Amino acid sequence: MDDLLADFLTETHEGLAAADAALLRLERTPDDKPTLSEIFRLVHTIKGTCGFLGLSRLERVAHSAENVLGRYRDGVLAVTPAGVTLVLRALDRIKEIVAGLEAAGAEPAGDDAPLVAALDALAEGGQAAAPAEPAPAAVAPDAAPEEPAAPGGAAPPQTIRVSVDVLEDLMTLVSELVLTRNQLMQLARARDDGAWSVPLQRLSHITSDLQDGVMKTRMQPIGNAWAKLPRLVRDLGMELGKRIDLQMRGADTELDRQVLELIKDPLTHMVRNSADHGLEMPEERRRAGKPETGRITLNAFHEGGHILIEIGDDGKGLGTERIRQKAVAQGLASEAEVAAMAERDVHRFIFRAGFSTAAAITAVSGRGVGMDVVKTNVERIGGTIDVRSTEGRGTTFVIKIPLTLAIVSALIVEAGGERFAIPQIGVQELVRVGGASGARMERIKGAPVLRLRDRLLPLVSLAGILGIEDGPPAEDGFVVVTQIGAAVFGIVVDRLFDTEEIVVKPVAPILRHIGMFSGNTILGDGSVIMILDPNGIARATGVAAEGGEDQASTGPAGAGRSSADKAALLLFRAGDATPKAVPLGLVSRLDDIPAARIEMTGGVPVVQYRGSLMPLVSISGAGPDAEGRGSQTVLVFTEGERSMGLMVDAILDVVEERLEIQPGPARAGYLGSAVVAGRVTDVVDTAWWLAQGGEDWFRPAAKPGGKRRLLVVEDSLFFRELVVPALAATGFEVVAVDSPAAALGLRDAGEMFDAILSDIEMPGMDGFAFARAVRAEGPWRDLPLVALTGRTDAEAVERGRQAGFTDYVAKYEREALLGALQQCLSALAA
Amino acid sequence: MQIQTGLAAATESDLFLTITVAEQPCGVPVLAVRDVLGPQAIARIPLAPPEVAGGLNLRGRIVTAIDLRRRLGLPDRAPGAAPMSVVVDHGGVLYSLLADEVGEVVPLHGADAAPNPPTLDPLWREVSRGVHRQDGRLLVVLDVARVLDIGGGVP
Repeated sequence: MDDLLADFLTETHEGLAAADAALLRLERTPDDKPTLSEIFRLVHTIKGTCGFLGLSRLERVAHSAENVLGRYRDGVLAVTPAGVTLVLRALDRIKEIVAGLEAAGAEPAGDDAPLVAALDALAEGGQAAAPAEPAPAAVAPDAAPEEPAAPGGAAPPQTIRVSVDVLEDLMTLVSELVLTRNQLMQLARARDDGAWSVPLQRLSHITSDLQDGVMKTRMQPIGNAWAKLPRLVRDLGMELGKRIDLQMRGADTELDRQVLELIKDPLTHMVRNSADHGLEMPEERRRAGKPETGRITLNAFHEGGHILIEIGDDGKGLGTERIRQKAVAQGLASEAEVAAMAERDVHRFIFRAGFSTAAAITAVSGRGVGMDVVKTNVERIGGTIDVRSTEGRGTTFVIKIPLTLAIVSALIVEAGGERFAIPQIGVQELVRVGGASGARMERIKGAPVLRLRDRLLPLVSLAGILGIEDGPPAEDGFVVVTQIGAAVFGIVVDRLFDTEEIVVKPVAPILRHIGMFSGNTILGDGSVIMILDPNGIARATGVAAEGGEDQASTGPAGAGRSSADKAALLLFRAGDATPKAVPLGLVSRLDDIPAARIEMTGGVPVVQYRGSLMPLVSISGAGPDAEGRGSQTVLVFTEGERSMGLMVDAILDVVEERLEIQPGPARAGYLGSAVVAGRVTDVVDTAWWLAQGGEDWFRPAAKPGGKRRLLVVEDSLFFRELVVPALAATGFEVVAVDSPAAALGLRDAGEMFDAILSDIEMPGMDGFAFARAVRAEGPWRDLPLVALTGRTDAEAVERGRQAGFTDYVAKYEREALLGALQQCLSALAA
Repeated sequence: MQIQTGLAAATESDLFLTITVAEQPCGVPVLAVRDVLGPQAIARIPLAPPEVAGGLNLRGRIVTAIDLRRRLGLPDRAPGAAPMSVVVDHGGVLYSLLADEVGEVVPLHGADAAPNPPTLDPLWREVSRGVHRQDGRLLVVLDVARVLDIGGGVP
């Protein structure tokens, strides 16, 4: 291909892209003269050049399109959507021919007569008033004075074209330079030689600047990846009969061109999805009280070394029920599991392979290759994707991707005697465990967990999953708290080093099947280390499987906070085969007590425990160590100074479940049964068993003379079942209702109580509103009102006081609750 | 200078680098060889196939090391014995073949070649391009692509 043709092709590509965008602008504002002139000029330039190069097909199509555009520009013909479509079709044809030209070096064969005829007819149709068709050559001079013809413009060029290969080579060289710099710096630090340090510092700065500079040459505005979308959305709208307004924000946000290339297709796919599945038909929208024109919003912005891209629509949102059914139908989860899942988790099923709920396969999308492919593509470049959706209101996808793939900031850690790099993108915080001051790693049937503030974090031992443990797992080390999508988990490592800017190099093909690594790199000291892929770790260990387990990170206290009724339950076996469950939050620790340490006093087994005697209660009725293992597994419950041990046969598991207790036949010691992890499970009435452990367990609060009446307002059956027996056991008469409305109903019915306990987060009227309603009027306005909640931070307490609560107590803190009750009741009596 | 005379007489494609793996002389086509290194610090790669000894740093490039003893089903090297690295290029990616000793570059002539004896261990038959008689020894010519065809990934 000769240079002249190559130049023509490059130029034509640019011209066509600009013409596309300009035409769409024209459709919205038909009388926009400058835009019209611009399009005319672009097409005219193409026509002129192909005439010169002897490209006859191109010339004919461009000529006819130019005629129509000339009429538009002169105002002889009105701009109509049909006309614009025709011109766009002509531009498409030009693109086709150009593509053929590029591939073969000559114009491909083809018949343009119908298109040319249609264009000519359009031009003719509008020229009823015009006497004769002006020769295109005569029109051209009109356009010329406004701006000189594009090629060979007078202004000196501000940009030059550089081949991508050159930039790639530069990047590779800079990467090597960064590595060498790091190596030199490390040597210099070890030597502490003053003469070297100054020039080395300088070299270091220059290297950093050079790295920034070269990175900049690779940066492109994300708008480049969006350029084709307005046209795509317009065509889709026409095809589907929908009105769509595409809004793009942050188009000038820059990112590495390599990332840009990789994100282009997923983005297009998602916009297509939004237009096809997300947005409703105009009449449907009107019925729903929404504007007929649907909106798709693209938003890109930087956040902490990453780029966030949001693709949102104001359409019908994800059909949570449909996804639930589909998930069950596809065997991805059981009915009980999906029923217990939060909406967000249900929505995440759409990222599963082959998951499509589209009722019909349309030409646009819905072929079952969908979001899973998008997710895979996003993850391949070290990014994450999540979805937010409200039924009837719309869906928003959020993609988080690194700015560049070549150099990333990573945390260097050590596990099993080897060093690894963890990219900073997912790292949330670092926690020290073990040692004198650190948090304690706990184990539930071998599975390590960490209580971090109000969350229960599942832990993954890095040495464990990589199969490089040297000895039994250590109790002290560091936890790298990592977030993948909405799931948070901890990676346990032995040591932490610095964070370093590392150059990501792909792993050798023979190692690609190992999903745990996203690449490898060379550190400053010259050693080769592997870069971990947190997505791979999450996948391999199941800590962040799409769907059910995500909420597993919310601990017992978090259940109150989210009010989602989910609670971490400890499953164990005792006596019969039916698994038994107890809220994990109530258990202070698990112990395996050697049988030899268990003594009998007054017919009750006891064990010396932290300087005092701890009674052991058998749940099955059998004595200690009935199985003759030489030790007894015990759940230890502690309250203040007192501890009590519940003897069980075996710990089974810890699960996160929404508990629906079926009351069933009354059995002392059980609240009823529930389906937990797919099995019928007895839910243990902890308060009853605690009472067996010692007569005086609840006595301090049982004293306030006479039977006091308490009202408990709590939407969660589970917590009602938990709190009511505990309070009843201490001598209160307890009435429990499931909503503030029901409580106010009792007030209006003339019921009277000594005190009210209320949850804060409840659907409909919340605890604050309830407190204000109680305080506002009626016979209950002076009653003690205790808030029962998962959140006891100062701000929440203050809000509670302002709403009219007398006191604020955390759920599960039985002693605090009883203390608070006693205090307000005695204050009342005084 | 036997090598010199040999080199003069042979075209490049007939030249082989001789290496020894657990006493067994082997040959690697010189055209594939990019570098020969002495003992290197090799970083272990967890979860990698057993034949993969780890990664090493060759002047800023990461080279994946393949332990030929493991690859050829031979007993492991005695602890403390450091292997030599024969760096080969395969599809633009560098691999290091770990051998006990690296010998010299020799020309191998078709006349001395014999096909793989049918009794050869199947593992060896898979990676061998044939057997040559050289200075009274039998030398197995390794097919680099096959050597690098390790289960789990396509090289």
